Amino acid sequence: MAAGLTMARPEKKRSATFWQDTLRGYLFILPVVLGLLIWTFGPMIASAYFSLTDYRIISDPEFVGFQNYVDLFQDKAFFQSLSVTIRFGLMFVILSQIVGLAIAVLLTQKVRGLTVFRTFFYLPIIVPAAASAVLWKYLYNKDYGPINGVLNGFGLSSVNWLGSPESALFALVLMAVWSGAVTTIIYVAGLQHIPEELLDSAKIDGANAFQRFFFVTIPMLSPTIFFNVVTGVIGAFQFFVPAFIMTEGGPVKATYFYNYNLYEKAFKWLEMGYASAMAWALFSIIIVLTLMIFRSSPLWVYYEGETR
Amino acid sequence: MASAVYNSRLSDSLQAKVTRRRQERISKGMIYALLVSGAFIFMLPLILMMSTSLKSYTEINRYPPTFLPEQVVPTNYTEAWSFPNTMFPRWTFNTVFIIVAVVPGVVLTSSLCAYGFARLKFPGRNLWFTLTLASIMLPSQVTLIPLYILFHKLGWLNSFAPLIVPAWFGGGALNIFLLRQFFMQIPRHLDEAAIIDGAGHLRIWWSIYLPLARPALISVALLTVLFIWNDFLGPMIYLTTPDNFTLALGLNIFRSYFTQVPRNDYIMAISTLMVLPMIVMFLVAQRYIVQGFVTSGLKG
Repeated sequence: MAAGLTMARPEKKRSATFWQDTLRGYLFILPVVLGLLIWTFGPMIASAYFSLTDYRIISDPEFVGFQNYVDLFQDKAFFQSLSVTIRFGLMFVILSQIVGLAIAVLLTQKVRGLTVFRTFFYLPIIVPAAASAVLWKYLYNKDYGPINGVLNGFGLSSVNWLGSPESALFALVLMAVWSGAVTTIIYVAGLQHIPEELLDSAKIDGANAFQRFFFVTIPMLSPTIFFNVVTGVIGAFQFFVPAFIMTEGGPVKATYFYNYNLYEKAFKWLEMGYASAMAWALFSIIIVLTLMIFRSSPLWVYYEGETR
Repeated sequence: MASAVYNSRLSDSLQAKVTRRRQERISKGMIYALLVSGAFIFMLPLILMMSTSLKSYTEINRYPPTFLPEQVVPTNYTEAWSFPNTMFPRWTFNTVFIIVAVVPGVVLTSSLCAYGFARLKFPGRNLWFTLTLASIMLPSQVTLIPLYILFHKLGWLNSFAPLIVPAWFGGGALNIFLLRQFFMQIPRHLDEAAIIDGAGHLRIWWSIYLPLARPALISVALLTVLFIWNDFLGPMIYLTTPDNFTLALGLNIFRSYFTQVPRNDYIMAISTLMVLPMIVMFLVAQRYIVQGFVTSGLKG
């Protein structure tokens, strides 16, 4: 009888092994638990508080409510840097998908020697941002740069790539596409996952290469495209080093990126409260953009196993 | 009669085969043409960097620029390396020092956490794993300022501590994710056998999982090396005196000496020196680096 009762309610008191397992589990993940608390969540709370203060490091933070956020909406530099970043993001995301996908298609053809070609196309990712900024500053030079040299060779006139507000942002887009081989790598992996039977059966049904690409490959690849678009948008908001080294945000703020603006506010003018508000505004913008892309995804992203 | 029909059919299909082969050859030729020209365009910036680094001062000032140096001047490298008011040996040492201090921390702590998330059962595990993944989405700008103030209060500014210590706390959410995915694929009966033999989980992690996960650990280590070698913003914010600079900062200082007199031969020499170790690493271990990018899907 007593035995039957204990059988019915076996775990009133947690067993010793339960606590042992819990302790052991947390000992294993202790580094990341502490890391998240110290380097992520703690600073997040502090940053949220700073964004509500006037804080210039030399004196203690002074609470000002939502004043920083109100100021943001009247700050021309804020909107300029936002517009620069969004325009850059659009151009970069679109161009790098086209270039990355085109190269990835070439790199997954059935021809010999592809490993060598992959190395060539992937190599730019390992070039440090500082080195590639210095390098492209030279390539773009209006007086003696090789790019204008090539243009002149074809009878075209020189372009003041980084020196004119019309071309500076686009010049940085081209450079970012060159450095952005990660997009290509992800597309190659995505293309390799498309089952060959699918393309073969489309071929038997009489689909030509273009039809196979647009009606089989692209839909099958849409989750990969989706991933690359999201990371590309986030990447645009982190863009900093080339704008810092090559153009210093200019000419006339044509490359005054959001992140560059934030950096100047925080570390040049020591407006830590205002810069914190900018960081939270950035976070909200990224969340909204990501949600928008996510919400739109049922319209254009196809996941295998899904029925229509 | 019947055989004549048969023969003409045969020759038809032979004809078709020949044309198809010819078409295939043409399209293969086109693929190679595109691959070669594309690869050339992508390599061109690096080729120009190296060729400029070997040109004479008169040649770099000539317009239009030459493609390959007419006269190879290797002394650009030694002159740039020991240029007044630079400390390239020191900056290289600092960068390597940070790498040596960070990589073991990343590999050990991220694999330890990944093991906990992949193999141990305990309350709150999924919550902490979700939080770890969610932290990837947080833009670094949000924590930048409080961390700067924290390091300031700790007296860590202008030391390597802000660049090293955080790496020992889990080694980055992406690395934990990458290793956890790898650990999940390791067959369970291996640890069960070890438990029967009396091994604890720490022992299983160290002597079964780490050796089996070697390719993934190499990916994590190499991506970390790449990240530190390339990092610019972190060192720029935390390091203030030139003797503590890293190579990336040093290159930027060096470049700023030549705004009036452009010495692109020198600047490209230093850039080449900075890129070469990464090129070598990529050529030797391309498989691991590419796999790392595919699994984690993000750069840095």
